[in-house]
Parts: sequence; C-alpha cells; structure tokens
Amino acid sequence: MTAKTLSPVIDKEQIALLEQLSNACGILSDVGEVRKIVLEKIQPYCDSVKVDALGNILATRKAQQPGALRVMLAAHMDEVGFMVVESEEGGLFKLVTVGGIDVRYLPGKPVLVGKDHVPGVIGAKPIHLMKSDEMQTAMDLDGLRLDVGPDGGDKVKPGDHVYFATRFQQVGSSLVGKALDDRIGVVTLATLLQYAPANIELLAAFTTQEEIGLRGARVAAYGFDPDLAIVLDSTPAHDYPSYDGSENRYFNTRLDAGPAIYVADTGTISDPRLLQHLFRVAVENGIPYQIRQPGPGGTDAGSIHKQRSGIPSVSISVPGRYAHSPVMVSRLSDWRNSLTLVHTALTTLPQDILQRA
Amino acid sequence: MTDIKQFLNELLSLPGLSAYEGPAREHIASAWKPLVDEMQVSPIGSLHALKKGYGSEPRPRILLAAHMDAIGLMVTGVTDGFLSFTEIGGIDPRLLPGLRVTVHAKRDLPGVIVMPRDALLPERKSETPVEMKYLFIDLGLSAAETAELVQIGDLVSFTQEPMELPNDIITGHSLDNRVSVAAVTVCLEELHNVQHTWDVWAVATAQEEETLGGGFTAPFAIRPDLAVAIDVTIAKGPGASDWRTFPLGKGVSLGIGSNVHPGFFKAVKEVADKLDIPVHNELMPRGSGTDALAMQIVADGITTLVIGIPLRYMHTPVEMVAMKDIQRAGHLLASFIATLPVDFMQNLKWDD
Repeated sequence: MTAKTLSPVIDKEQIALLEQLSNACGILSDVGEVRKIVLEKIQPYCDSVKVDALGNILATRKAQQPGALRVMLAAHMDEVGFMVVESEEGGLFKLVTVGGIDVRYLPGKPVLVGKDHVPGVIGAKPIHLMKSDEMQTAMDLDGLRLDVGPDGGDKVKPGDHVYFATRFQQVGSSLVGKALDDRIGVVTLATLLQYAPANIELLAAFTTQEEIGLRGARVAAYGFDPDLAIVLDSTPAHDYPSYDGSENRYFNTRLDAGPAIYVADTGTISDPRLLQHLFRVAVENGIPYQIRQPGPGGTDAGSIHKQRSGIPSVSISVPGRYAHSPVMVSRLSDWRNSLTLVHTALTTLPQDILQRA
Repeated sequence: MTDIKQFLNELLSLPGLSAYEGPAREHIASAWKPLVDEMQVSPIGSLHALKKGYGSEPRPRILLAAHMDAIGLMVTGVTDGFLSFTEIGGIDPRLLPGLRVTVHAKRDLPGVIVMPRDALLPERKSETPVEMKYLFIDLGLSAAETAELVQIGDLVSFTQEPMELPNDIITGHSLDNRVSVAAVTVCLEELHNVQHTWDVWAVATAQEEETLGGGFTAPFAIRPDLAVAIDVTIAKGPGASDWRTFPLGKGVSLGIGSNVHPGFFKAVKEVADKLDIPVHNELMPRGSGTDALAMQIVADGITTLVIGIPLRYMHTPVEMVAMKDIQRAGHLLASFIATLPVDFMQNLKWDD
C-alpha cells in the first residue's frame, strides 16, 4: 500500500482516468459503466467497498489513530443526458432530457445510445427549406429526433439513455469533455482514497442520481453516518465578456482562479466552521481559491446536510465553462489546487472542529 | 481499386472551405491520378482531370462537376481570448453551440463553439436562439496566446469525425458535397477499362457554396459538349417531407427544369431504367441550386444535367447519406458515358 505521507498529485495517470471516465456513459442510476471503472481503480486502496441499493459505491479507509473524525467525501458518478421515449419508423426516436440540459445545445450533435454506445445524430431541418423567420425560434424537443440511420432502429429502444458523443481532449492546460461534471470529482475522490490522510476515517461515496434529486447521496450519508461531509463537484464558470463590454457580474466562478468554495447555493448553506478551516488552510499554504457566487445551483451537500440529525457539510468544485453542454472546459490548475486544498484540509483537520462556536 | 468509403472518410476529415480547398483537392488528386490522363488546377482552385476517350480527334467532351468546397466559419474578432465569427456558406446559428471546431490560425487550434448565458446577453426572452454575432469560440488558451496565434479572417472548420451507421450509412459534416466527389470517383473507376468514345473531364469545383466560382470557370476552360452537376439533394427526414425531398438510400434524383436539357435528361433516364437504377424526378421550378446554374450559361451556353444524391440534415454537422446512392450515381454516370455515341450532340433534340 502507498505510503500515507505522500501528497497526491494530478498527473498523467489521473488525466488518463478522467479521459476514460468522461468518455464513459452514465445517467442517474444507470451508471454501471462508470461504477465498474471506479471499482477497479479504488479496490486496492480500500478497507471496505460496497455497492448499495441505489448503486452508490461506499468505500472506506480506516484512520491510523483512535477517535478519528469520520469524514464523508462525495462525488457523483451520474451525468446529464437524454432518454429515448418513443420509437418511430426508420430509426427515428423521440427524446426527453434528463437533468438540466439547455435544448439549444442539441441540434446538429452526434450522440451515443445505450450501453453499447450505438452511434446516432440529432439532426435539424436543412436551411434550404426554412422560411425567413424560422431561425428566430428555438428548436424544441418535440421537433427534434434521434436518428440512428434508416436500418439502425432495432439497436435502440425506448428506455435507453443517450449521451453527447464528445470524446475527451486535453488542449494545453485545458480539459474538454462531455462529463467533467462530475467525473473530475470522481477522479479527485479516487485519488484521495489512494492517498488517504491517516488522521481521519475516510468515507468515500461515489453517488448516483445527483443530477435529479440528490438521491444517491441521501442514502449514502445515512449509511455512513459521518461527523461531517465535503462534496467534490464541478460548477459553471461564466467568465467571458458581456456582449456590450460591460462588467460581467454574473460569472459564478472563473477558470484559473482556484477551487470554488460554496458558501450558499439553492440547497445548502455551508457549515461556517468547515468554511473557516478551508479558508485558513488555503491562505496558510498559498493555495489559490475562489468563493462561488452564492446563488442557484447545488450539490449532493443539499441532501447530505439534512440526513439523520444533521451533518455539517461544505462543497468544493472545480470550475468549468459550458457545464451541461457537449463541451465542458476545465483547467488543470484548478483541478490540482482542488485536490491539494481538500487533501491539506483533511490532514490538518482539527479534532475539535465541530466543538467550536 | 479505390476503397470509396475509406476515400470518403479521409476526405471528410480534411478542411477545404470555399476558396481554401487545398487539402481536399490534394487528396482528390491523389485518388484520381491513376484513373486519368492529365490534371490541372484552375486559377481559382478547381481540379480539372481529363480521362481521354477512345474516339478519333476531335472528340466530344463531357464534364462531370462535383464541388469539393465545404461550409464553415471565419473569425471576425478576438476579445479577451474569445473569438467571434461569421459563416462561410449558409449555416443555421442554432446548430453551433456545443460544436468542436478547428481554427486555422498560425497553427491549427482545436476549439469549441459556445453561447453566453442569457444574463450576459441583451435583454431577451430566455432560451431563444442566440444570434451568430453573440456566439463565440473558446480555444482553451490564455488571452495572450490566443491574440498571438489568431487573426481576423482565419478560417474555422468543423472537426467532428464522420460516423458509420448500420447498412453503410455515413454521417458527418461536409458530406455536401464530398459524397459527389466520391460518386465521380466511382465513375472514373468503372470507366477505367472501358473503351468510351468521349473525353471525360472530372472536375472537383471550388467555391460553389459562396459564388459558384468553379461552376462558371471549369466549363469555360474545358468547353464541354455536355456538363453534369453532381450534388446532394434533400433526403426525407425530420423537418423535411415535402415534394422537394427524396428517400434516403432509395436512389438518386435527376433534375427537371430550366437548367436541365430535356433531351439530355431523357437519355440518362433511359440508361437508369435499363439498368434498374432507381431515379426520382427532382422538380426545379426556378432553377437549380448547383453548379449547373452557372455551367449552363458559360460562353455560348452548355447542355447541362443535374444528378442529386439524397442527404439528410443538409448544412448541419451531422449530414447523412447512404453509400448505396453514391455508388448508384457513379454507376449511372459511367454507364451513360460508356454508351455515349460520337454523334450524340447531333441527335440531341429539344422536343420529342
């Protein structure tokens, strides 16, 4: 087993795992492909691993000291996508979205269907047949079809999940993929399991059903019954120019500005003791961080903090542009700093953190 | 033997926007080289290839024109590392958010097209389409790197790789009109050991999507007796079902209308019927949107025909075509040429 004093890093191995996981497909509880990859990766480092009734992976690393705090770390395995809901003639199917996808991203995109990744496309009416004002109206889901080719219909059926076909790519210091949200958190968590701090009981939950309902995390938190929880997720960065050059006040987060720490979102007000600890660790160790603009959105913390008699929780996300689109973009530096921040915060976690006022 | 599907897949992965057809042209030239007797590149970039006939000189000539240029985008501005752009060829901006592209800057740079959130756009109803002028390309590079590498006027190609669907259906970008280049290649292959009388000029035309530039200039240089535009036509599918559309994979179309000589049409139709190649009549009430429109009015006028290969989702990055229809178009052309009598023009009639 790896020496426990080593600090974890994001390197070729972690990027390769992210590539594999971002290209893998999994929606809500249908995450078997992702789970298999994660299980293979973490098995050697864990004291216990189980898959629960919702398909969550619950993995633990024991502390090396008695009376250690029980810390739950959560990252969700599911991504957003679509479900085939109706079959038509000639390889055409109707879809609905699963999770918060802006339908304006769909037309003209290649997709993959089901466990076998059957290729297909979401086409659109040729510009040559349009009336002059037609482009002023968004194409709605009712008018769009999954097309797997006139002779491909027997490989697809209602109930199958559909995913953007984007393959992961590293471009300089940028990472581009369809499912960085939240496979990037999944790799961070897998890496933390590998380099588990000796001073805490590490309770790792790779959750299902985050994108709708935060349902996997809810039962995972019940099962673990931790003292506190840190959620590792991915959050939108809208750090691009306004159309008229005015100050962009709606950026949420910015790339290359460090891990995004949540103070408040739709579902959670972060625990102030955990926040203070994170800020102090970041400042003392010179780890860049940013505070995610309080506002809409949420993470598994929304269901974890209300579990049992209450679990103090905080979320830390790697920022990424164009979340829930076929082409999310994150930066290596933010990912590295997220891992360093969480790992350092855990190794320096005060035993009495929850007794503080 | 050229593996047509492989040739097409390779061609689809090469850039070649209107007036910048170089990479596509070189690939076509290398496939055609063993099949023709001579080749020239025209002053505006079309590829003119001659396969000599076996009749005595002067031989009549037939020109087969398939445009090789692709639609794409062009950079119009660089702001804080983000690129704004306009279109080359007709593109619906609603297709663009979420696409991967290659920006042909000082070096080829991968990028993504995205739309800003509504809060950063002019007051608008939420989730209405974002106009092209507000979309941007993100290269994943710093603002400084981007400014150093990219300049206004740089071209942008779609990068999505083609995919194969069951039963030899191909989907991807730029199938319009690389599939017709493939059909002409099928024709040249078939004619390879055929003693045809006429000279055959295979031409991959330039700039069809913007100006019909190749369509105007190739016939002027070649002065053919007959000219055929091979292009894509709209296949039936979601959003396309009226009289202008044809079933995918169920045969090619022959144009009917002012840009098509009825005698030429009749002769080709007879060959198709004899060979049991399914053909559909494509009505062109106001004219053809292909190189034929230009070719017909070159010099003192040229006898033209239009062959269409049905294609779904035209001018989207996920155009779809059946290999079978490409083969049919090539086979029909080759069969017609193989039996073209030396006195075809003398016997060509306007009226029955």
